[in-house]
Amino acid sequence: MTDLTPTPRRAYIEVEDLSVQFPTEDGVVRAVDGVTFAIDKGQTIAIVGESGSGKSVTAQAIMGLVNARTADVTGHVWIDGQDVVGMTDDELRKMRGSTMAMIFQDPMSSLHPFYRIGAQLTEAVNVHNKVSKKEARDRAIEMLHKVGIPSPEKRIEDYPHQFSGGMRQRVMIAMALINSPSLLIADEPTTALDVTVQAQIMELILELQQEYNTAVVLITHDLGIVADAADQVAVMYGARVVESGVIDDIFYAPEMPYTLGLLASVPRLNQVRAERLDPIPGNPPSPIRLPSGCVFNPRCVYTDRVEGDLCATERPALLPTSPGHMVRCHMSKEERGVVATIALRGLGREET
Amino acid sequence: MSAYVVRRVISMILLLLLLTFVVFVLFSLLPTDPARLTCGKSCTPEIIEANRHRLGLDLPVIQQYWEYLKGIFVGRTFAKDSPDPVVCSAPCLGYSFKRGEEVFVLIKEGFPATFWLALGAFVLWLAAGISVGVYAALRRGKWQDKTVMGISLAGYSLPSFFLGLMAIFFIVIRLQLLPYPSYVSPFENPTQFLQTMILPWIVLAILYAAFYMRLTRNQMLEVLGEDYIRTARAKGLPERIVIRKHALRAGLTPIVTAAGLDLAGLLGGAIITESIFSLPGIGSLAVNSVNDADLPLIVGITLVTATFIIVANLIVDLLYAVIDPRVRLT
Repeated sequence: MTDLTPTPRRAYIEVEDLSVQFPTEDGVVRAVDGVTFAIDKGQTIAIVGESGSGKSVTAQAIMGLVNARTADVTGHVWIDGQDVVGMTDDELRKMRGSTMAMIFQDPMSSLHPFYRIGAQLTEAVNVHNKVSKKEARDRAIEMLHKVGIPSPEKRIEDYPHQFSGGMRQRVMIAMALINSPSLLIADEPTTALDVTVQAQIMELILELQQEYNTAVVLITHDLGIVADAADQVAVMYGARVVESGVIDDIFYAPEMPYTLGLLASVPRLNQVRAERLDPIPGNPPSPIRLPSGCVFNPRCVYTDRVEGDLCATERPALLPTSPGHMVRCHMSKEERGVVATIALRGLGREET
Repeated sequence: MSAYVVRRVISMILLLLLLTFVVFVLFSLLPTDPARLTCGKSCTPEIIEANRHRLGLDLPVIQQYWEYLKGIFVGRTFAKDSPDPVVCSAPCLGYSFKRGEEVFVLIKEGFPATFWLALGAFVLWLAAGISVGVYAALRRGKWQDKTVMGISLAGYSLPSFFLGLMAIFFIVIRLQLLPYPSYVSPFENPTQFLQTMILPWIVLAILYAAFYMRLTRNQMLEVLGEDYIRTARAKGLPERIVIRKHALRAGLTPIVTAAGLDLAGLLGGAIITESIFSLPGIGSLAVNSVNDADLPLIVGITLVTATFIIVANLIVDLLYAVIDPRVRLT
């Protein structure tokens, strides 16, 4: 049997056993529990999951934006060999906006309403570089041009409310990339935008990723975007990664029941009209009271395929099923194959 | 923008006219007879009636109002047909026969003390209120926050006459740290001016600072949760710049509104504080005018105070557009 554990080669960005907990009066909220993944420069990993699965907190923990006063962050986030977790506030601050940058879900509220676009862009330049006013301004204009804002030398004098949602997201992208970061975290960058604009924005992100050779962590619940943009996928559920692998593993050979449910709940154009969408029954678990066994157990329809009540009592480990493809499930590999075939038949994919 | 200002100024003038009318009519309805107040105990009904005619008080209220309004712009002369007419030059807000002086002159004389008191307290309470408010917001829920907010509640609840009297009793009389307050112009004797003003400034500022601490704290807490603050942090800005340049600026609007109106209100006289520290300002003047039933003076002070507030309202609205570019003045 071949060794299925990932090679010990260090990727450019390695997230290792990252956990974030918020102590509250009602108990400890486990927002992120042992998340692990790795990507290289120029690559994109999509973190997929429903609301409350811990995607956004994972992103904020990588950026060091989780408030250390209110949360416990453990594990490691290696960026080019440096561990971001445990850095001082000032060390982190110096990396934010220069080595790693982030764009957010809602471009309408992510720009400061009282400052001109130009001022907000040059501020990002000036905080990390000693450059003259004119150089900073030129760089801002150049970036606005790159993200496709027409007549940037004029628009730089405008305020955010004078831009449309899509244009504001372009400005956010310009601001994130203005110091050529090696890691870009995009937290649902297209969720708040019109469908036509969504595609343009994703295209822009991928184009600039090529140009700057940036590693991208794409957080989304839109599987369509994932299929277009990502090299790797990590599926999160209940604060944990339940399945991860390259894009073909997840889309064509998924094994974890939650991933199967996620794929089955996406509307498809070749679907017969009378067929209804196949939602996953139940609700995601409360982050305060995560199920003691497998987090997906209460909603899983395949628990009878596992001996005893292992699913309810024991937390499954994230184990490799093929090189680079990790699954967190108690079912045997054979059972997972059977289950996947049943689930995917509905998707009209068995012939691929 | 300029069209907006013109429109606002016109409506402001209309409002002031309406205000003068209401104030004038209100005071003319009072049971006090202004003519009776023109002479002392030995007055005969004949003299009162003669005075009533000389002062124009026998005219209908509307006509009296018209005379009053005219007086503001061109001045007026009381008792024209008598051997010693009383001239009240423009802007004539009435004539106090009790004090033998034009109302406008009396208010003008009281203004410096009131102005310095209001300005000094204003600077103090804004500086203290905003900085402590920000501090409390940054330590929300911690003991520092709770302590500061507790103190501010106490400061807010303490009446200024109590605080003022305590200050005079302990600091001036018992400990003799300061001489007894006696107002003098800052240009004449700066040392005595400061020695006189420091206590009233602090007493007045404590009352207002308490409110501004709470306002600033709540504003900051709201703004710090905004997405653009997260963006500012994601840029790698140092926290002090995130707070000062991004958060405070965004939370400033209601603070500016409150500050503008409070300052204007104080320019009309801080009645209690001025009385306690015997500052010869508009507040003391107002108290004395009421005690003497000096009607022309009361009307004049009411009008001036109201004017300050109406003008402050306009200035605050114009400032909005300066602070928040989204505000279109149309």
